[in-house]
This record gives sequence, structure tokens and C-alpha cells, in this order.
Amino acid sequence: MADVTFTVDGKKLMAPAGTLLIDACRKAGIEIPAFCYYPGLSLQAACRMCVVRQEKVPKLQTACTTTVAEGQVFVTESPEIAQARKATIQLLLGNHPLDCPVCDAGGECELQDMTFKYGAGESLYVEAKQHREEQQWSPAVYFDRPRCILCYRCVRMCGEGMDVYALGIQNRGVTSVIAPNGGDHLDCEQCGMCIDACPVGALTSGSYRYKTRPWEMNHVSTVCTHCGDGCKVTLGVKQSNDGTEIVRADNRDKSGINGDFLCAKGRFGFDFVESSERLTKPLVRNAAGKLEPTTWEHALRVAGTKLKEIRDNQSGKTGGGDAIGVIGSNRTTNEENYLLQKFARTVLGTNNIDHDRSTDYVSFVQALAGHEGKIATLRETASAPAILLIGGNPTEEHPLLAWNLRTNVRLNHARLYVVNHETIKLERQAKAAQGVPPNGYKDVTTLLDQQQSEFAKAVMAEDSLLIIFGQEFRGAQLKSLVAWGLNRGNVRFAYLGDHSNSRGAADMGLLPDLLPGYVPVGEAGAFAQEYSGLPVKAGKSQAQIFDAAREGKLGALLVVGANPAKRAGVDPANLNGAFVIVLDLFPTETTALADVVFPAASLYEKTGTVTNTFGDVQLVKKAADHAGTKPDFEILVRLAGSMGVDVKTLVPFGKGGAVGDFGQSRGAQAGEADRHAVWLTANGLEPKVSPFDPLAVLDEIERLVPAYKLDRLNLFAGNDVSTEPGFVPVSAIASAGSEMIAPAHDGLFTSGELGRHSAYLSELNQYESRELAETAAD
Amino acid sequence: MPRLVSHPDEVKIVTKRFGMGAANIDKYMELGGYESLKKCIAEGPEWVINEMKSSGLRGRGGAGFPTGLKWSFVPKQSAKPKYVLVNGDESEPGTCKDHLIFLHDPHAVIEGTMIAGLAIGAKTGFIYLRGEYRYLLEITEKAVADAYEKGILGKNVLGSDFEFNVITQSGAGAYEVGEESALMESLEGKRGVPRIKPPFPAVVGLYGGPTVINNAETIASVPHVISMGGAAYAAVGSERNGGTRLFGLSGHVERPGIYELPMGYNLKKMIYEVGGGVRGGRKLKAVVPGGSSTPVLLPEEIENLGMDFDQVGKAGSMLGSGGVVVIDDQTCMVEFALRTISFYAHESCGWCIPCREGTDWLKKSLTRFHAGFGTEKDIDNIQYLAENMMGRTFCPLGDAAAMPTIGFVKKFRKEFEDHLNGKPCPFAKHVELAVV
Repeated sequence: MADVTFTVDGKKLMAPAGTLLIDACRKAGIEIPAFCYYPGLSLQAACRMCVVRQEKVPKLQTACTTTVAEGQVFVTESPEIAQARKATIQLLLGNHPLDCPVCDAGGECELQDMTFKYGAGESLYVEAKQHREEQQWSPAVYFDRPRCILCYRCVRMCGEGMDVYALGIQNRGVTSVIAPNGGDHLDCEQCGMCIDACPVGALTSGSYRYKTRPWEMNHVSTVCTHCGDGCKVTLGVKQSNDGTEIVRADNRDKSGINGDFLCAKGRFGFDFVESSERLTKPLVRNAAGKLEPTTWEHALRVAGTKLKEIRDNQSGKTGGGDAIGVIGSNRTTNEENYLLQKFARTVLGTNNIDHDRSTDYVSFVQALAGHEGKIATLRETASAPAILLIGGNPTEEHPLLAWNLRTNVRLNHARLYVVNHETIKLERQAKAAQGVPPNGYKDVTTLLDQQQSEFAKAVMAEDSLLIIFGQEFRGAQLKSLVAWGLNRGNVRFAYLGDHSNSRGAADMGLLPDLLPGYVPVGEAGAFAQEYSGLPVKAGKSQAQIFDAAREGKLGALLVVGANPAKRAGVDPANLNGAFVIVLDLFPTETTALADVVFPAASLYEKTGTVTNTFGDVQLVKKAADHAGTKPDFEILVRLAGSMGVDVKTLVPFGKGGAVGDFGQSRGAQAGEADRHAVWLTANGLEPKVSPFDPLAVLDEIERLVPAYKLDRLNLFAGNDVSTEPGFVPVSAIASAGSEMIAPAHDGLFTSGELGRHSAYLSELNQYESRELAETAAD
Repeated sequence: MPRLVSHPDEVKIVTKRFGMGAANIDKYMELGGYESLKKCIAEGPEWVINEMKSSGLRGRGGAGFPTGLKWSFVPKQSAKPKYVLVNGDESEPGTCKDHLIFLHDPHAVIEGTMIAGLAIGAKTGFIYLRGEYRYLLEITEKAVADAYEKGILGKNVLGSDFEFNVITQSGAGAYEVGEESALMESLEGKRGVPRIKPPFPAVVGLYGGPTVINNAETIASVPHVISMGGAAYAAVGSERNGGTRLFGLSGHVERPGIYELPMGYNLKKMIYEVGGGVRGGRKLKAVVPGGSSTPVLLPEEIENLGMDFDQVGKAGSMLGSGGVVVIDDQTCMVEFALRTISFYAHESCGWCIPCREGTDWLKKSLTRFHAGFGTEKDIDNIQYLAENMMGRTFCPLGDAAAMPTIGFVKKFRKEFEDHLNGKPCPFAKHVELAVV
């Protein structure tokens, strides 16, 4: 709508006609207090805190329901308005327990802040307060009725936002109370969004309640490690006996790609980092054949010596680079993945590198090669006018995408079309849905072209289309879908993959035939100059590596953050004595086969970047330390060092190397490092970047990987920066290896190898399965 | 059947068929029923709206909005169906007029609904009855069934092209649902909480369609406006206040009951002549002029007070629902205030903070105060609290609770002071500290 001019507190403001006054004011830096107003949720006008004076209108008006029009004049702060707000707070405090000293929200409570601002410091009443006992609604959610101010945010968040409708209102008048529609318990997705939305301490989190006070934590915004959406999550970190402890994960910083959203995994699944099962000491297999804790120096010497020996032994059948296999991770950072493949290719001298492929990004890139601007960012899913979702089940596997789609339909009236082989929950938001047999996805484009169904007609009548497709699509089927879309025109694509950095693993070249950026090893281009000794022949895939082991041709296997023994079903006997080095957080089926195990840091304990399945790159910030562990990046650099490599060839650092890293990489110590850097610079000295600083290789990634020309200011400010492959000539890419794809299909309460170690997720999982069993029994 | 009262000053328009068995459709038609509908079908919507405008009929629910004007706000073209909604959720203490209409003349409501439907282009009307009026629902449902049987309701109303259907619905016992948008929520099967306005019902109402919602008395007046002609109807009342009003005289009065008097009728005369004066020859202490939500008036304030929307408004109160409550000099005004606020605390829907918390704290404070445990500061607190509810709540219920409270404290502060410092209530018999 056209802009209108109106006056607020004597200032002329402009906004599109029909904008809510509260939004227009907040945009202009005029804060109007509100409890019940929550951007994006339906209007309530219930708390009466946002009252303002509008010229020529007899009563005070609520800014959350007043829409701006030309020439209006408003006053938002005056003695009259302050008095109205004060009186409302006095009324709220009348029945509020004022148990702030023991309340979880104490210190981050909107009621406290407003009381402080409007100074309702005097108690007017002497009668007993309304009281009810605290209730536990689920393992995740507790409800303290007396603290509740009835803003209905939770009810709307659960209903409108999550499409779960597990909460409602009971009774009336002063006995009104928020209550689960399931009676005394929540039948829901346990997302905890109600807790996030609660402005006071009425809804508290089972994982956090009574653990600490908000001001005793550092709040670090980083990227969630549990799925391919890559939500920004704020970790609450506290000093502990052995370093730091993550005591909370929530969505306090709403600036992320996920906006208001965070799912159960992001919110409750952080505690795997504190699991007692974590590996905290390097292990080396002793003479008796047992894995034995040892020092880092010893473990590195054993591993480095052995790797060097095998690489340099060009005579035997298990010698040379080709006798070494490397398996990377889909949850380590881009820098670590990049470093791993560079280490494999330039230090170990092999292209035998792969990762646990769960998504066919290679085919996706092949299909889009040469077509710029066709990849949709995750943010676009919240604004695209028409979306065709083929396969996948975002509600379970991509909760943020599901949230975006719901929100887009609800607020922007976007049209969602769903094609699936089963009934998925998002059909509730869909304009039309089309069922297909499980093997029928290949026929979808034909079905659309024929335009015989109402569904097909509606889809084909759309001007633009955002096509989101699931892991049902691989290889030729994927390519034909993308080709169909490209031919149709005005489309963009998104491909749903699992794990927090599966996309980054593929983008960074954890592939036997492709370098970072999907550059073929045989036509290495710029890499050829930078990577001395780069083998030009494509290496072995994961399956081929294990084939080689079975044939006794594998000398050593380096596994980083993966569990091929479980995922690929490796029989220990078939390894034929290959020397196995594993970097991981937990003991796994693969570490059990290892000769050397290095305890690795989790994503929450390191710095770097990750790429979500939409190609959005985000900064990972180190939140905590876990005593005894090291980031994979540092382990790899030290491993190279122990092989006698000049690590400067691997990680450019020091004078003449990289520029400063803005301090982000040093986590909690960043401030001090920055001050040092300022002093060093002021004294004409160059601040030195450590060889263990992963951001030192970010420069190299940006330089060599075509798609990763990153907007660093944005990236380091904590924003998502989109990337798209698709600059590589189609002909250059050989096999996509589509047959190797094995999706993980993690649901809301499972997450690869990590989720198994989250006590909270396990509890929620059990609770949900019990609920399901009870429902089924009914 | 409740006793019907009458007085020579009455002008029987809406009540003219009361006590004549008009709940029977044949009797109703014999008494001229459904003739207005025929006339309206013949004359068409424009004519109906003009007649309604010229009648000066104003909404009998309490707000007094001109009915003809309200109907004219409904857009002519609408993608969604339009509706007529009859608000029979009469719940204001001191008010029981609609009750008699449904009891004695349910067809007048049906006929009025159909005329409204014709005027705005609706095919469906809903009659929403207060939950406690379950026995009236049976009468109304029978009337509706009879009208269908006679071909009055249904596809071709009285042989014309006009189609109209009436659906009855009972409330579930919430005063709040008397508010028009809360009533729509309730009718749609949701929690009875008011909606944000705008949009107003004329644009987005029931099920999202343009909706005219009128009080039952307003709707029952419509056939009479048509049969008399708008101008003749207007002439009965006072300036800008057309027609008659069903005044419910109650409290300490000799002859309580529902009297149909012209708009603008003198209040003092109403109490002393129509109502036969204060019961037992006692002195008048105060009058609540229009249902429990309207501020109390003192005897000196009613000397020359004509009972219409404008004059009562000027006197600092409201005509409201026309429920006149007479209060004699033996009444404790603190207890009266407590009784009033107890009602609103019980009926507050709980949606917004000032009403939900305010009515509760007023009730708690007044309970303690009346029991003799008040302090000087409490009087100011009660007034402060009520004044801070006024105009701040989501819907008028908060005002309805705050307005009379402010009136009681301002006009009877002395009586509040007489309760201070453990003194027993000067008037009464009660006194136990209620447990809250």
C-alpha cells in the first residue's frame, strides 16, 4: 500500500497505509510496551499496555490494533499514558506471586522490565492472591499458573505458529487459566516455542528450570548441529569445574535465519555435549590389543608416524597414497571439511576421500550447472508466493522449513502444493495435495504437464514456483525434475538434505572425484597450482575404500566425525589390519575398530562456518569448552605436524598469510584477543593468526571455491549468507554416485549419532512414543 | 406466566399483543401479524431502510445506535452471505424486557428479523437466546416451526421470491456474550470473547459475513414501525429518540414490572406514578436508571429527567437497557456496590487485564470494606482502581463495572466512611467476612 505520513510524539513518520501503529513506531525506534502483541501472531489487544493517545479520539487506543492513516497524530508517552500502564501493571502484580528471586525468568522477564520502567512499586491490596499449584505438562514444559499474565502468546504460538493447538484457555474472569487441551498434559511436538514466547516465568523448560540465573550465563549465538536447516541457537554457557557448561539452548537471539522458531532438537538436544560418555582422552591400541588412554603427544606421534610410513612406502600393496582412505563428516565445519580434503590430497596424496552421503547434492549441482540464480535460500521459503513441495516431510525432518511454509501461508496467503507418497502434516496448509505411489515421483512432472487434475492445473497456473523436493529425488529422477522446472521458467529450487553440514561436506569436496566447489580432480584449475602433488585420478568412494580393505589393499583409514562401521555395516575382519584413526565425540562402532582415537570437540565448542541444505552459510561461534577435547581442525593440523609437514602449506597463517579474523574464532576470549590485536596494529606489528584458527582457511575457501564468495561483514555479524553452486560446466562432472545416497531421515527427536547421547531428547522421544501408544490403544 | 402490569400512561406498541396468546401463529396473524412483512416485500429494501431511518428507532440494547443507519452500513454486494442476528442474551441485572417479548410475542421477533433480512439482503437470521432462557427457546422454536409450516419462513416467503431462514441458538450462561462480537464468537462455537473492532459486524460479522446484530426489543419494534409508518412511530417519542421503550421498574417500588412508555418519559413520574412510589412510603435514596452498569442518580438529579438516551446521558448516566432500579433509604450503598461488582467480577470473561484483575480486586476490597475492615485509603484505592479501568478495557464490560463503582464512591462517600475502623454496617443484618 502507499505510504502515509503521520505524527508520533511530534515526529513525522512514514509507513505503508494500514501498518499497525506499534510496528511503525518500533521501526522508527519508538518503543511501545506490550505483553500480548507478538509480531506475526494474531492480534489480541488484551494486555492494554500499548495504549496511546490519538488526536480527536476520546479513549486511549491500543497501538497493536490501530492502523496508520494519513495525517493521524499520536502521543505515545505522556503522564496519562504512563499512568494507564502503571495501573495495568499494578493490577497484574496484584495476583503475581513476585517470586522473582527463584523464578527462572528473573532477569529476563518482560513484567520485571515494565514494572521497572513504569514504577508500580507500591502494593495496593491486602487480600490473598489467586494461587494454583505448579503443573508439569510434559518432560519439556512446566506451568506456574500464578506467574502467568494471560497474554495468550503461548496459545497462539502453539496454534497458529506450530499448527499443533495443544493449548487453550479454561474458566473465565480472574480464574481464567492457560491449560493443555489434552487435560493435564501436552499432546504436542515438544518444540518449547510456548516457553520461548512466554514473557514471564509461567512456562519453564524442563531442561533448564532452577539451574542458574540468566546473568550468570554467557549467551552465545551459534548454529544448531542437529539438522540441515541450520537454525541459529543461543547457548547459555556457565563456568563449571572443568571449563564451561552449556546449561540452556533457546532462541533468545531472534536475528537468525529461523526468526522466532526453534524446534525440540535445537532447544533440548544440546545436552549431548555434557554426556558422560564423551571421549575426553586420546586412545591408542596397546600391545594387548586394547584401546588405552594416552597423551595427545603420544597419540599424534603414533598416528602421524604410521600415516607417514604407509604413504611413503611405495613398494608394498598397502603403500602409497592410494592405500589410504579418508571418510569425512557431515556435521563438521566447512573449514574442517576443506582442511580434511586438502590434507588427504596434499599430505596423504590420495583422492580416496568420501563422506556418509545422505543427499545427492552432486546430481543437484549437475542439474543446475550453468544456471545461476536458481537456488532458493531458506528465507525465501517464508516469502515465496507459490511453493511446490514434492516428497519429504518437513514437519518431522526440517522443522524450520515447515514453520516458514506455515507462516508464509498464514501471513502472506502463499499457495502451497504438496505431492507426497504419504499424508504429511503440511497438507493442512496446502491449497492442494496430490498423492503418488512411493515409486511414483518420477511421474510427477508428466502428471503436472498433462494438467488433467485440479491440482496440476492450479500448479501450472502459477506464475512463479519454488520447488522444494526431498531425498526421494536422486540421480536421473532429480535431474529430470530440475530440467522440467528450468524449462518451465520462473522457478527456484531447494533440495532437502539431513545433517547440519551435509551440504558443506559436498561443497567442500569430501568426494573422491570432486574438489571443493564440485571442481573435477582431473580439471583442477586453480587448485592445481595451489595443491602441490594433487593426484589427478579420481579416488575411491566409501564403498570402494572398504572393498579395497577387504582385498587387503588398504593400509590406513582416517575417519572424521562419522560412523561407517554402523552406517555402511563394516565387518571388522574385512579391514584386514588397516590402521584406523578416528576423530569423534563419542565411542562408536567405528572407534571400536580404531587403532588411534582422538576426542573431538562438538560444533558448540568450535568456530567456523556451516552450510545448510539451502546453501546458506552461517558462522559457528565457539560457546563452550569441553575439557580434553580439541576441534577436528586443530587435530588435523597437529596430525599433519606430526607427519613432519610444514603446516603453513596447509593453513596459511602468520605474517603474510591471512588477515585478522575479527576475534570471533576465540569465543569467550575474543574481547581480549581483539584488544591485543588493536594494540599490535597500533604499534605497527601484524597480529598473528594461529595455525589452529579455522577462519584462516576461510580466505582460501573464498579464493578457490567458486560459489563461496562470501559477504564477510554479514557472515561475521551472525547473518546467513547464501551461496549457490552451478558455475561448473555440466560436461566436467562425471558420475554423481547417486546410488551411494542413504538418507538418515532423522525425526523431531532423533539426530544422527549425536541425538542418541542427549538425555532430554531421549526423554522426549520416550514420552512421545508412550503418547502414541496410548492413543493407539484408545 | 409472570404477572403483566399496566398503567394508563403506557403507549402499547411493542406490548400491544402481550397477554393475547400471540405466541400462537394464527392468533398472531389474526392480530395483524406478518402484515408488515408483506408490505416490506412489496415496497422493497430501500423503502424499509428509509422508514427505519425516519422512525428514529435507536438500539434498545443500551448503546442507542440508530437502527436504520446501522442497516444502511451493510454493503449491498458481498461475496460472503449476509446475516441478521438477534441478540436475546438479556443478562444485565435489572433488565427483563426481552423475556416478555419472547414469552408473549415471539412472532414479532421473527417478523422483525425477516424485515431486517429483506432490508440488508440476508437469507439467514439467527435468534440467540440467553442460556438461562431455555424455556423461552422452546416457545421460540415452536414459533419458528409454525412459521415454516405456514410458508412464512423458507424458500418463497409468502409466495414471493424472498427466501429467509431462521435458526435459534441458546447461550451457555455468559453475560459477556451480550456484547455483539462475543455473541458471534459464541454462536460460531468458540469461547465467548469479544472481537477486535474494526472491522465492525456490518462489514465482517458472523462467519465473516456482513451482519446486522440488533437487540430483541429493537427487532420486535420493527414490524410496528412499519405498520405505523416511521414518522408516526418517531412522533411517539422525544427528540431524536423515536417510539417507546420497555422500562423494567424494579427494586424498592410499589408496583414493579415492565411498562411500555414513550421515550423521554419523566423518571420521577415513572417511579412515583407508574410504579406507585417507593415501597412502604420510604424515602428515595437513589436510582439506577438503565441496568446495573449505569451510574447511580440521586433524587435531586431526576427531578426533570426525561428517559431518553440524550437526556440521561446529559445527567451523567446512561439509559442503557431501560432497567430502572429504585433504591430506598434503608439500603447500604456499600453493599449495593459490592453486589454490583460481584456480578461483574463473576461475568468478566478474563480476556483483558484491567477488567479481569480490576473487577476481582474491587470485589475483594469491597467485601473486606463492607465487613468493616476497611481503611481510609481503601476508599481512594477503590475509586483509583475503578477510574483506571474506565476506558482501558477491551470491551465495555470493564466500563460497566467501573462506571457504577465510581458513581457509588463519589456520591456516597459518607456511607463508605461510616464503614471504617471496624464500625458495623449502619444498615444491616449481614456481616461476615467473606472468604475470597
